[in-house]
Amino acid sequence: MRYLPLTAEDRARMLGVIGAPDIDALFADVPVSAQLSGPVDLPAHMGELEVERALSAMARRNRTAGEGPFFCGAGAYRHHVPASVDHIIQRSEFLTSYTPYQPEIAQGTLQYLYEFQTQVAALTGMEAANASMYDGSTAAAEAVMMAHRITRRPRAILSGGLHPHYAETIATLAHVAGVEIVRQAAAVDAEADVVSAIDGETACVVVQTPNVFGTASDVTAIADAAHAAGALLIVVTTEAVSLGLLKSPGEMGADIVAAEGQSIGAGLNFGGPYVGLFATREKFVRQMPGRLTGETVDADGRRGFVLTLSTREQHIRREKATSNICTNSGLCALAFTIHLSLLGETGLRRLAALNHARARRLAASLGEVPAVSVLTRRFFNEIAVGLPAPAAEVVETLAGQGVIAGVPFSRLAPDAGMDQVLLLAATETTTEGDIAVLTSALKGALA
Amino acid sequence: MRFTKDHEWVEVDGDVATIGITAYAADQLGDVVFVETPALGKNVKKGDGLAVVESVKAASDVYAPVTGEVVAANAGLADTPETVNQSPEADGWFAKLKLADPAELDGLMDRHAYEAFLATL
Repeated sequence: MRYLPLTAEDRARMLGVIGAPDIDALFADVPVSAQLSGPVDLPAHMGELEVERALSAMARRNRTAGEGPFFCGAGAYRHHVPASVDHIIQRSEFLTSYTPYQPEIAQGTLQYLYEFQTQVAALTGMEAANASMYDGSTAAAEAVMMAHRITRRPRAILSGGLHPHYAETIATLAHVAGVEIVRQAAAVDAEADVVSAIDGETACVVVQTPNVFGTASDVTAIADAAHAAGALLIVVTTEAVSLGLLKSPGEMGADIVAAEGQSIGAGLNFGGPYVGLFATREKFVRQMPGRLTGETVDADGRRGFVLTLSTREQHIRREKATSNICTNSGLCALAFTIHLSLLGETGLRRLAALNHARARRLAASLGEVPAVSVLTRRFFNEIAVGLPAPAAEVVETLAGQGVIAGVPFSRLAPDAGMDQVLLLAATETTTEGDIAVLTSALKGALA
Repeated sequence: MRFTKDHEWVEVDGDVATIGITAYAADQLGDVVFVETPALGKNVKKGDGLAVVESVKAASDVYAPVTGEVVAANAGLADTPETVNQSPEADGWFAKLKLADPAELDGLMDRHAYEAFLATL
């Protein structure tokens, strides 16, 4: 398809048709404080060689995750994605295809999404999964909306261990949908506190495990308490690899699982694109948001794939649709499916065990630093530690030495009064050397 | 039996009205795969949404032709939604309402008028 830019006459004619005096008038809804007062301070043009030189110089100012000891987690994790995953998704049929609108024509796309859904359901221990959401945080928000529709109750209780960004995303959507959000205070290991908050007005409780502080919990008792009151349990996971080692949310009684799939198949990508995993029980499937791939037979009895239960979606139900999402995170879902297929169940278990082993080494090493207290008692691959100084300052100091020590909790929740808490993750990419350098650097910075 | 322009039918027995969709509507929808029936005890006004009927390609609201309280819902449709196509004006009923105002029935079409209406579509 050709690109033919507009001329000034084209623009003038279009403005005339819609009755706007100029293009700036179309931005009237943007607050003045957010508007640019002049053109952006960039050169109007530059040759390719000069652009390369300028951008490379800019990029050199960044320290990428792989360059040295790196311990950031808190919702996005550095894992090793085999080169074969990228090689396969770079095929143009995968890389350039968009979400299918004549879906039955795209049998290949539908087949891999069907496999993806099967994997997600198996991993989460649930009965049905959709073809993915944008990311874990919006998946969690959609789960709350879904629980509200199913129970017709007004309130959602968010556990204190839920990632603050997830809680904020839920609050943003809930505000539009008229759902009341109760956020419990941030706490390292207080998932059970949601139980006392459940009553007849509760649509759902949202519990993350492992939570933002790394604490892994058996939420079966919470599921029972929620169900006894007619409420639903939504389980959130930000580290998909944990599902290779921990009891699945389905086994613990979850009604809806909203998870981040980034750990499998996707790099950190500066924060996205990621892939939201969404799974539920068969009885709730009609209330699920998003696209759903199904398996069927054609008129000749041959197996084929379709997009099913489309009557939930907005192009049919409009304002009564289960969500306004009309796409999915297809390429990331494909990368997830490829990576997981290469790992297999055995490989995933081994990968998860390796992550946990590295985290135990990390916790043990940090535990020997007198100034550091390891706060998380039951963890998968992430821990929270208490420092004698603001964590953000310690992270800055260590960054100057080439060590990315983790995520200060104050970055996620500046008003939680937990400025001295640092969140660290270890994965299969974390070496003994990394842990040694971190420990030594911390000792030096806290001396 | 009386009919609405939205292709619902009403069959009254005493003060209980049984409601469903007509053969014409069922035919237009195609294979019905799901029916969402109302909760017992729900009070609906004439014109309110009463149920939702879904086929493979469309979802249609079914409106209450009269005002009343839901006293029964056809639970069997959950397992065999195809009943709506096989027997739309008998076994494929959706819900029963206890009539609040029987006079509302006078505003509905009889079968003769409904068939004349269908001929105009």
